[in-house]
Order: sequence, then structure tokens, then C-alpha cells
Amino acid sequence: MTPSLTDHLLTADGVTVRFGGLVALKDVHITVPPGSVVGLIGPNGAGKTTLFNVLSGLITPDTGTISSKGHRLSGLRPYHLANHGISRTLQGLNLFPGMTVLDNVMTGGERLAKTGLFTMLTGLGRFERDERALRGRAMAVLDELGIAHVAGAYPSTLAYGVQKRVALARALVNEPELLMLDEPAGGLSSEELAELATRIRDLRERMSVLLIEHHMDLVMDVCDHIVVLNFGAVISEGPPDVVRNDPAVTAAYLGSAEESDDE
Amino acid sequence: MASSQKSPATAAGPNVEEAARGSGGPRRLAERWRTLPMLPRHLIAACAAMIAVIALTSITDPGANLRLASIGFYMLAIAGLGILIGFSGQVSLGHGAFMFIGAYSTALFVIHMPMLPLWLNLALAVVISCLAGLIIGVVCARLHGPYLAGATLALAVAMPALANRFSDFLGGPNGLSFVMRGTPPALSDMVSNTQWQAWVVWLTVLIVLVFLANLSHGRLGRQMRAVRDDETAAALSGIRVARVKVTAFVVSAGCGGLAGALQAYLLKTATPSTFAVALSLSLLAVLVLGGLGSLWGALWGAIAMVYVEEWGDSLAHALTLDTNVANNLPHVLYGVLLIALVLTWPSGVQGILRQLGNALRSRGHSGNGTTSVPSTQQGK
Repeated sequence: MTPSLTDHLLTADGVTVRFGGLVALKDVHITVPPGSVVGLIGPNGAGKTTLFNVLSGLITPDTGTISSKGHRLSGLRPYHLANHGISRTLQGLNLFPGMTVLDNVMTGGERLAKTGLFTMLTGLGRFERDERALRGRAMAVLDELGIAHVAGAYPSTLAYGVQKRVALARALVNEPELLMLDEPAGGLSSEELAELATRIRDLRERMSVLLIEHHMDLVMDVCDHIVVLNFGAVISEGPPDVVRNDPAVTAAYLGSAEESDDE
Repeated sequence: MASSQKSPATAAGPNVEEAARGSGGPRRLAERWRTLPMLPRHLIAACAAMIAVIALTSITDPGANLRLASIGFYMLAIAGLGILIGFSGQVSLGHGAFMFIGAYSTALFVIHMPMLPLWLNLALAVVISCLAGLIIGVVCARLHGPYLAGATLALAVAMPALANRFSDFLGGPNGLSFVMRGTPPALSDMVSNTQWQAWVVWLTVLIVLVFLANLSHGRLGRQMRAVRDDETAAALSGIRVARVKVTAFVVSAGCGGLAGALQAYLLKTATPSTFAVALSLSLLAVLVLGGLGSLWGALWGAIAMVYVEEWGDSLAHALTLDTNVANNLPHVLYGVLLIALVLTWPSGVQGILRQLGNALRSRGHSGNGTTSVPSTQQGK
């Protein structure tokens, strides 16, 4: 039942990040076993997105290592992530505004594209075949998420919930082994929330999921394992039931609620 | 990619036109056109454009041939700049510097290595400009927005000054003049020199435009637009952002260099004043005027580049203006045109045409389907 550490899709070990005098992350350890849904929770400013940024190469940690399937990812850059079979969505969606939904999603399929510069300029060889294959896959993902009908639209013309699905499609088209979701439930209606929970459970059959989420019901519902961050340190972790009843977690949320209560 | 010919028949290519007479209609033809693979579609469009150029030169005078050829090399320069700005989102105010490099490379090769065939001379000019683009692209890869614009502006100012600095080698303010072979002897009875030159220019331009069209419709174009729109999301999708930006610089420099080389071939001279900062700024202005994000926009821009100058001159003549005023009239015209267009239609001439086309099509497919050639799928 418990796979060995070398199978784990992504592991952060002893990660510390300082922004000037502020310690954003303090000796954090987190790991994502295959076929699991891991939730990352904590009050605002706890360092969740910072940890995501470290895991995806956007921030280089001061100390600590990131590894995937037993290989240490030193000098991790964001564009390496896709090649390790890891996709990530961003909290602000960051869709490409000047590109159609289909082009947005096809861009997510970079890992699967093999065409070289010569082919891209001349249009010879596998150009047409690759483009058709990628377009087909992108359409299939859009169809799976129920938004194939907006393939030709520009993101800004779509409702927020649909835009979120476009961002998800862009991450899924790479056929990742690990999907990192940054607040997938934010701004969704209650119907969309229920749909999201079902979708994450479905995705679990094909890949692991690591998600940051404020919506406790969703987190408790879909996660196998939950890691709680507060002030950059892991204060609790374990299965949903354990975390839910951990007094340290309650204290962290209540303590921070007095200071800021944005979400 | 096609020429300025906008009649449906020439834009779609002659062989397709024949097929239309037999069966279907323009609408079905448009359908078949759209389902064609990309490469043959672009090649057919380029062939049609070449035929149109040959047809045009047969009915025009030498002056018009020269203007037609100028539209060709300007279109190439503007299209290259369009790849850089419209696709990769890097604003350059120094595109004229690459035209300078291309023109002087060609001039130096003609003078010092006259045995080189024209195609090899042009190819070498492209290689040299691409190298220059690579260096500048790498240096500028971390610069954004106004900083990049400033750095490239410095390039546009510095390049022409080189001609004066190394006046023994580059000819100083008078530049370099040289002799170019015209029409091959075998054809000299039928084809005039200016006709031949226009053909050579347009053939070269169209070949490169096919490359650019492929680029902009495929993976590289998508990578560039992704980098333009959101570098973080592009990188997380697996795109090497810096590499794509440099590639855009190299492609654009190659186009600029080749355009400069063709200009040198056409005018048989390379002078520093031709490549002053005003050229770089004009290229940017007409690019926006024509419409960013589409190769058609480069065509409208090139036509503006050549004809606004013309009209400015004739207007100055008609009004019998002082020479100081007359010299600046084209710039005033650009300015007015650009301001008017950006205020009323920020997507440029191509944006207007696309909207008109869409309006016509939605009003019941009244037979103009084939004109909507490649630019319909563009972003922006």
C-alpha cells in the first residue's frame, strides 16, 4: 500500500525560503505519493503558494531539495516541470489573453510536441501530423471538461468558471502524472464546486493531485492526506480526520482569523 | 502572403480557380481551401502572388516596378518586425539597424567578392543579420518594454554612425555604390531591368513569407504568443521563454537583413542616411498601421511605407511648399494616419478588413469566401 519514496512524484525536503528578513518557509517537508490527492492548507500568508512556486521552479529555495521519483531536481526551472510530467495551474489563472481557448490548451501540450525549428519553419515532415494530433488531444480535453463549444473563443469573453476550466484543460493536455492546483475552488458556484470534487476524484484514477485550497469541505472531501502550513512551517499533517481534530490547526485558523479574514 | 491583388480568383490560386468553374461554388471552394494542409495552402498563395507580381510588372512603367519591388522588401522587413512585436511581444525601435547590416553586407560582398552569385550573396547577408540578431537577442532577453525599446533605439542610432566611423571600409556618408547584374542576357529582349529586379525581389520575399506563415501558424508562433501574453504560464507549459524570445529576434533580424540586402540590390547603393532612426520608427508605425499579428498587415504597412512618401512629395509639390516643410510632410502624414487609426481602429487596416469580411460572410456567403486566406486563424 505504501509505495517507496523513489516512486513519489514530487518531494520537498528541508525547504527554507527567506524574503529579506521574513522567513516564508521553514524546513518544510512535503511529498506526493502516486495515486493520491494531497491537500495543502493554512491561513493566508502561511506560505502555500510560495511552496508551490518552489516546487515548480519559480523560486529557488535558500536550502532544501526538490526531488521527483528519487531524482534530485537541482537547478529546477519552470519549463523543466512539464518534462517531469508535472502540470500546474496558477491562482490568477494566467490564461493567454491574445489566444483562443484552443490555442491556450494546445500551448499546454508543449511536452508532447517534438517538432524542431526546421520543421516549424518549413512546415515539412511531421508538422501537419503533430499539429493535428495536438489539436485533437486539446479538443478531447476540452470535451471532457464540457467546454469544447468555446474552443474558438478568447478567454476574456468567458465566465470565470469556464476560464478556470480552460486553465485546468491547459494543465491536463500534457497528460501529467502530477497535477498541482492552486485554489481550484476559488470563485466557483456551489454547483461548480460539486462538479470539481467529482472531477478531482476522477482525475485521481489517472494522476496524483496536489492542491492548495481554502474551501475546507472540498479539501476534507477529496484529499487522502493534508499538510497544514502556518507561518511557513508545517504544523500538522495526516488524513483529513486527524487534521480536522488537531487543536494546533484550529488554533492557527482562529488565531489568524483575528488578523485577516479575506477568504 | 499573396500580393496586393484582392480579387477572389487571384488570391485563391489559378488551379483552384479552374476547379471552381467545374463544380461547387465559391463557398465549397473556401471550405476545401480551409481543409488543405498548411504548407500547400501557403505555397499556392505564394505562387498566386508571384503570378500577380509578374502580371502587374507587365503593365506598369519602370518607376512603378521599382515601387512594387520596394513594397516587396518593405513588406519583408515589416513582417519580420511583426514577428518580433506582434508575436513575441518585444518592442524594437531598431529594426532599421538590421536592414543596415543586410544592405552593407550585400554591398561589401558585391564589391569585394563579385563572383558570388546573387542568391549566395543574399543568403550570406541573412546569415550575418541573423548572427547580429542572435547577439542582440541574447543581450536583450532580460529587458522588457521601455528598456528593450531604449536599447534597440540605441542600436538604430549607432549603426548608421558606423559607416562614418569606418569610412575607408564603409564609404562614409556617401555610402557604397556598386554595379549589379540586371536581366540575364537570354531574357533581355523581353524583360526590362526593373521588371527583372521586381521579380527577383518578390520571389525572395515570397519564399521567406511562406516560412513566416508556417512559423506563425504552428508551434513556434504559439510559443511566441504564449511568451508575449504570460511568461510565467508559458514557462510552466514547458516553453523556454528566453530561447523563444531570442529565436524571435533572430527571425526578425534575418528578415530585416534580407530586406536591406534586397534594397541594396534594387538601388545599387547602401548609404547611412537611408537607415537613419526615422526608418526604424517608420517601420514600427506602418506595422501598427497595417495591423499587428498578421502577415497581411505587413502588406498594408509596406504599401503605406512606399505611397505615403509618394503622396507627401506630390502634395508638397501641389502646394508648392518650402523644401524644409516638404521633407517632413511624409512624417506628418504618418503621424496623422497613425493617430487617426489607433483612435478609431486599434487593430489596424487588417483589423478593418477582417471585420468587413466577417460582416459580409455572415450576411449570407455572397461569394467572397476565397479571399479569407491565411490570416483568419491569427491571434489578436
